[in-house]
Amino acid sequence: MANLNKLTIQQASEQLKSGEATSAEIIDDCLGQIKKYDKEINAYLTVLADVAQKSAKDADERRKKGRVASAIDGLPIAIKDVICTKNIKTTAASEILEDFTPPYDATVISKLKDAGAVIIGKTNCDEFAMGSSTENSAYKITKNPWDTSRVPGGSSGGSAAAVAADMCLAALGSDTGGSIRFPASLCGVVGFKPTYGAVSRYGLMAMASSLDQIGVFAKTVEDAEILFNIIAGYDSMDSTSLNQEFSPAKNPKSLKIGIPKEYFAEGLDPKVKKVIEAAIDKIKPQVNEVMEISLPNTNYAFEVYYVIMPVEVSSNLARYDGIKYGHSTKEAKDLLEVYLKSRAEGFGDEAKRRIILGNYASSAGYIDQYYAKAQKARVLVKKDFDEAFKKVDLLLGPVSPTTAFKIGEKTDDPLTMYLSDIYTISINLAGLPAMSVPAGLSGPPAGGLPVGMQIIGPALSENNIFTLGKLYERSRGGLPRPSV
Amino acid sequence: MAKITKDDLEHVANLARLELSREEKEKYTSQMGSILEYFEKLDQADTAGEKPIDQINDMENIAVADEIGEKYEREDLLKNAPEQEDGFIKVKAVFE
Repeated sequence: MANLNKLTIQQASEQLKSGEATSAEIIDDCLGQIKKYDKEINAYLTVLADVAQKSAKDADERRKKGRVASAIDGLPIAIKDVICTKNIKTTAASEILEDFTPPYDATVISKLKDAGAVIIGKTNCDEFAMGSSTENSAYKITKNPWDTSRVPGGSSGGSAAAVAADMCLAALGSDTGGSIRFPASLCGVVGFKPTYGAVSRYGLMAMASSLDQIGVFAKTVEDAEILFNIIAGYDSMDSTSLNQEFSPAKNPKSLKIGIPKEYFAEGLDPKVKKVIEAAIDKIKPQVNEVMEISLPNTNYAFEVYYVIMPVEVSSNLARYDGIKYGHSTKEAKDLLEVYLKSRAEGFGDEAKRRIILGNYASSAGYIDQYYAKAQKARVLVKKDFDEAFKKVDLLLGPVSPTTAFKIGEKTDDPLTMYLSDIYTISINLAGLPAMSVPAGLSGPPAGGLPVGMQIIGPALSENNIFTLGKLYERSRGGLPRPSV
Repeated sequence: MAKITKDDLEHVANLARLELSREEKEKYTSQMGSILEYFEKLDQADTAGEKPIDQINDMENIAVADEIGEKYEREDLLKNAPEQEDGFIKVKAVFE
């Protein structure tokens, strides 16, 4: 085996160009890797072996005729199973959509297909992207390729694990409160959550619409940038889609970097802190300035998020009623029972908890106290970032307070699980772009588990985030890969 | 802040059209209690004069021309319906 599945998008693209490899060979190596290891890792819910092999052949034919569609033409991309793929089952890892086959492609899927990408499979996640460990999937528990007794993080755990274990070259995920960055950090891959509205949400199964954003997983920052540029752009099918230019990249030497002191306070694992501080030290001499910054309302972000998100969830999940599509109960006597029982049978524990919480926080008598108050406090969180970005170009900090935790460790205590997102949720509340870049392993000194560094920028600053990410990656050098 | 009771929970679950088992009711009542306790911190946030955010990138409503864009086959769309008859989605009677 030539191990073409271990290539980056950039390397694979070059090998295809030079004729060193074909798309069919790359797909075969990825499918081989899936066959060998996915029984253990459980990254995929659906593997599209036949479809992928056919697409790869088509890509090789196109190349022969000199009609290469893009830098990812013929390369295998995995898709989180909350993104609709035409005629391919899309379940949101929920029993309520066990047999759902979308009649249309999400905009990001159309864009990938236009670019010639090969959709290799649909990846596991927490049900409707609700969770931080991928343990809330109705179908399987994805394992962290670095240590299979641990979670890959969530909710896009399958996409993160598939990239980390070289079962695809890159993947798409969605990020509502950290669901791309958190698993990317725990699995040691790059994960990028774009500015709210930069990538169309058309065809993404809605979780919390004011926070959801589709983004990418890749092995390098450069790969993430390539893939992001393919899926980004205005879409009339998404009424929150942005029709604006991204800010131009600055010279790295002119970049001012802020370190939010609240992200290094109590609760941060000292081992994670050490890795992040070492990464900042590497960056310091290469930029204009690194200074401490305060985001004083950070301590409200958690409460704001866990009120607003469930309220939006309860509204979005109302559409699953057992009538138009999805699971429908066999036990109903009348229409009301169709609703009550179909939803009871189809939704898992976390979905139910959030539906209840969201309905409570937006019900008569409580809406002002919870939802309206949270919407106002959301302004405070956003203003913190507005102030910070008057002084600096980007912010740096940890993605997760800890490294990957054990499977089952936090499932009985939703509040502790929710706190995993403490450094990522503010970014969604403010609609900002942010990236998790692998910064090394936790040790003791050598070995340990992956730690991700978070680069946060103002809206539409993706170019600066990629610039700093690449600069850091160069000074960091190569990192070990998980030995699956 | 008020503590959530089992009655509150049943009321909300009914609003959400979600049937819960006895065990679920007990579990969620207790879990919601500790989650809502955590939310009490929100009271301390000084939000006087702040206008609530419900859309983060300051966009206005967008009007789109009412024209047919993508076309779907009726059959394809009905394929996902749990029950169908004569090209329609079939539902239980709404009235007795």
